[in-house]
Amino acid sequence: MNKNLKNWVDITSGVNVLKCMRCGKCSATCPSYDEMEYHPHQFVYMVEKGNIEPLLNSKSLYKCLTCFACVERCPRGVEPAKVVEAVRLTAVRQQGNNHLIPDMIPDMLDEDLPQQAIVTAFRKYTK
Amino acid sequence: MQRIGVFVCHCGTNIAATVDVKAVAEALGHEPGVVISQDYQYMCSESGQDLVKNAIKEHKLTGVVVCSCSPRMHENTFRKAAASAGLNPYLVEIANIREQCSWIHKEIASATEKAIILGKAAVAKVHLNAPLTAGESPVVKRALVIGGGIAGIQTALDIAEAGFDVDIVEKEPTIGGKMAQIDKTFPTLDCAACILTPKMVEAAQNEHITIHSFSEVADVKGFVGNFTVTIKKKARFVDETKCTGCGLCTEKCPMKKVPNEFNMGLDNRTAVYIPFAQAVPKVATIDPNYCLMLKNGKCGVCSKVCTAGAIDYKQTDKMVEQKYGAIVVATGFNPIKPEKYDEFAYSYCPDVVTSLELERLMNAAGPNGGTLLRPSDKTHPHTIVFVQCVGSRCDDEKGKPYCSKICCMYTAKHAMLIREKYPDTEVYVFYIDVRTPGKNFDEFYRRAVEQYNVHYIKGMVGKVTPKADGKIDVQASDLLANEQLHINADMVVLATAIEPDKSARPLATMLTTQMDTNDFFTEAHPKLRPVESATAGIFLSGACQGPKDIPETVAQASAAAAKAIGLLCKNSITCNPCVAHSDELMCNGCSACEKVCPYGAITYQDKEFRMPDRSTAIRRVASVNPAVCQGCGACTVACPSGAMDLNGFSNSQIMAEVDAICK
Amino acid sequence: METFTYYPGCTLRTKAKDLDVYARKSAEALGIALVEPENWQCCGGAYTTATNEVATKLSAVRTLMAAKDSNGLVTVCSACHNVIKQTNYDISRNEAMANKVKQYLELDEAYTGETTVYHYLELLRDVVGFDKLKEKVVNPFKGKKIAAYYGCLLLRPSKALAMDDPENPTIMEDFIKAIGGTPVIYAQRNECCGGYITLEDKAQAAKRSNAVMNSAQSMGADMIITACPLCLYNLKKNSGSDMPVYYFTELLAEALGLKEANNE
Repeated sequence: MNKNLKNWVDITSGVNVLKCMRCGKCSATCPSYDEMEYHPHQFVYMVEKGNIEPLLNSKSLYKCLTCFACVERCPRGVEPAKVVEAVRLTAVRQQGNNHLIPDMIPDMLDEDLPQQAIVTAFRKYTK
Repeated sequence: MQRIGVFVCHCGTNIAATVDVKAVAEALGHEPGVVISQDYQYMCSESGQDLVKNAIKEHKLTGVVVCSCSPRMHENTFRKAAASAGLNPYLVEIANIREQCSWIHKEIASATEKAIILGKAAVAKVHLNAPLTAGESPVVKRALVIGGGIAGIQTALDIAEAGFDVDIVEKEPTIGGKMAQIDKTFPTLDCAACILTPKMVEAAQNEHITIHSFSEVADVKGFVGNFTVTIKKKARFVDETKCTGCGLCTEKCPMKKVPNEFNMGLDNRTAVYIPFAQAVPKVATIDPNYCLMLKNGKCGVCSKVCTAGAIDYKQTDKMVEQKYGAIVVATGFNPIKPEKYDEFAYSYCPDVVTSLELERLMNAAGPNGGTLLRPSDKTHPHTIVFVQCVGSRCDDEKGKPYCSKICCMYTAKHAMLIREKYPDTEVYVFYIDVRTPGKNFDEFYRRAVEQYNVHYIKGMVGKVTPKADGKIDVQASDLLANEQLHINADMVVLATAIEPDKSARPLATMLTTQMDTNDFFTEAHPKLRPVESATAGIFLSGACQGPKDIPETVAQASAAAAKAIGLLCKNSITCNPCVAHSDELMCNGCSACEKVCPYGAITYQDKEFRMPDRSTAIRRVASVNPAVCQGCGACTVACPSGAMDLNGFSNSQIMAEVDAICK
Repeated sequence: METFTYYPGCTLRTKAKDLDVYARKSAEALGIALVEPENWQCCGGAYTTATNEVATKLSAVRTLMAAKDSNGLVTVCSACHNVIKQTNYDISRNEAMANKVKQYLELDEAYTGETTVYHYLELLRDVVGFDKLKEKVVNPFKGKKIAAYYGCLLLRPSKALAMDDPENPTIMEDFIKAIGGTPVIYAQRNECCGGYITLEDKAQAAKRSNAVMNSAQSMGADMIITACPLCLYNLKKNSGSDMPVYYFTELLAEALGLKEANNE
């Protein structure tokens, strides 16, 4: 276990993962569940165990919609979305690890797409 | 000349590990008036007490200071020891160097310094202690039980069995409480009504028991052995003494659209009603919120059909005053409303129900005559999903922090009964943990799984989506399979958390008893005094003290009864001599003390006084009834002239302690 | 006429003009003056919850500070609203964050959440009043079954947004009633439309927005309204449903007689 990495994720998220009682409500309510390889409850549990490297390399990081359903409905106030965000930031803050680069944008556009989507994606996927 | 003995306890390592007890004994030995200062491993043991007793005799001690644990633990022990050695027990002072010192400090030097200071304060106080003698006060041989559920009924029956009169005050029109609403009981599956209603009848017929139904406690005064309670008998607009319970009025009442609370609002009742067939007392009640006569003055049908002439539209609330020696609180619980967790769609989908609603849906006296049908379209459900821990085990902001304790078992019961009666129905239970401590409990749950093939899934439901075709999409996690499931259900049942009845909080204020942050009554000791409150003469029965199932409730109800009987058996009880008294010469008659006294112990009297010029004058002065005073000291703080003082905790004693600490 | 600071946000000036234009027109008709601060910046689109992110929170703080001395800051777009309210909530509770922001922006004194933030719907509910609004309606949506779509940004996290009950909200339904329509309650009204995932994963966006439209339509809705340009995009383009999707401000303007009526 990489203690520094765990410490960094804990600080970044501001979440006390030990509050989790393993009910799985976050994963029960997650709208992106099927698209994720690691599910919200696994993010919380793996961060608790310090097993963060698999998460850093997982596509799941970019499937979270930040809809806060898990944050709102968690009975213990764990705020799993903030844990996902912290791991994602840890990934994209590494040099050359941006998930989205401007060159990719033109192919994604259509005439109706609000720029809000692009701005948000850059906020989430790049540093 | 004072001769004071100091005794420093090690409490094994509880104190001695953090406090240098030898140094404490040594330092206190140099305090003025101290003639002997000793330390010992367990001062509360018999040999420790002998140490104190022998020192009292040998050194002719006039005061004793014990540096040990909280006075709540062993003050009484050392007072008794002193008394047996011929020293007035109120000449013993305890310095708490455990809870307030050794347990909360880590560093030996500073903890020792603090222990010495606490000991010095106690020595300074004991210099001013005066011998006190406890008086006695008589015990009223009658008990009050607040709440007429299974807890209150059992307590009342046990007290009556011992030959004492007991009154039950029940806020609903009938006794029976929640158990009357339950269909079957776990783990034996016997019919709740079949075992409860005989007890209800027994209570009604017992010559020692008086039932005040549709009544509330309005005021409590007095103290252990001698409470004066005002009971509000709410107007039911029916003369209880005349009503025969024939039910003709309920048949003829034209107002038939009143949500029936006994059936959890799943069907309707009439404005004049008897909650259920086995109600005790079997007397009708008119609901003034719906009665056409009481609302508009037009109708009067019930009055016309009642052959007993029992209907009385002019009835008003009535206050009854009664004296009691003991009070037992049995105010019970309620399931929470699950609207707050509307990801389960409870507020807008009729086929999402709570477990207590399901009890009624399955009960023969329920809205469907015992056939389980969906509330929305009265069809038979083929897939039912149970959700555990709705509002229990939550973060403080999200719900109740505690486990509601009964849900795992009643859900296993529901699941099993449904599978037994309707084998074509698939039943899913989403659980976080299955908690089944109790005799035959886990065996019961395993039967649900192994014999009845109830699908227990480790995980939680995250979103419930009612669909246009009447089906309900239940989105949930299956943690063991690491899958998100979508179950196409017909009904969803929520195991909602239970909470204390809302009437408990104001009642606790009236009784000056303590509650925890969840509004459960606090017991005097969590392990050793579980059915007594910290207030003498007030006992706790059933779920008002914490979540409980029926067997536990009945056990606690009988235990509370035993404690109450123990009190009622006594002809008198020893009073606390540490009561307030007023110096009449200093009292200026301002009434400040009277206003703050929570026990109503202070009255004012006009008294004749001889003035300095030898004339006489009538002055209004405070007077304390020592039998009622509980020694809380509120009056001594409120008194602007310093006339009010507390025996054992006089202003001068407290100032001496403060001086010793600040020196 | 009461004056509020008005923050339109980037999308409302380009792809979501209808959300903006009718919000301003209607406000004027309801006696509310909306004043735009000079040189406002994009809010960032998403709030970064990370405790050690400061730069990404600065533009929202600038907007909040621009409205500090006014009656409050009004937003219409759900995303702007979410970012700005979360920033305001966190900075009011986190002294370290406030101090860092102070140093970044070279402020004389720290901003600690003094501005009151209103979503336009809150303005209607709390300042104008739905009763008052009802009186001003000239083209009521009589007989129209309208589904309110909250999505995720308008309500959550409820601690910070404090707008309505996050699981059983009523503000949009009350709005629908005020303009004469019949609200349709459906379970997916507070579930995500897929949001920005549409850039990368059309299938996922389609799945989510379809679930929303399906849920609303199956409960009998004739149309669905939203406060978010991205929701509107997903529901229109990705859901595969042909049920009409409008900004709530379009319906508001129509009801007030400020927009050509198509509610017949």
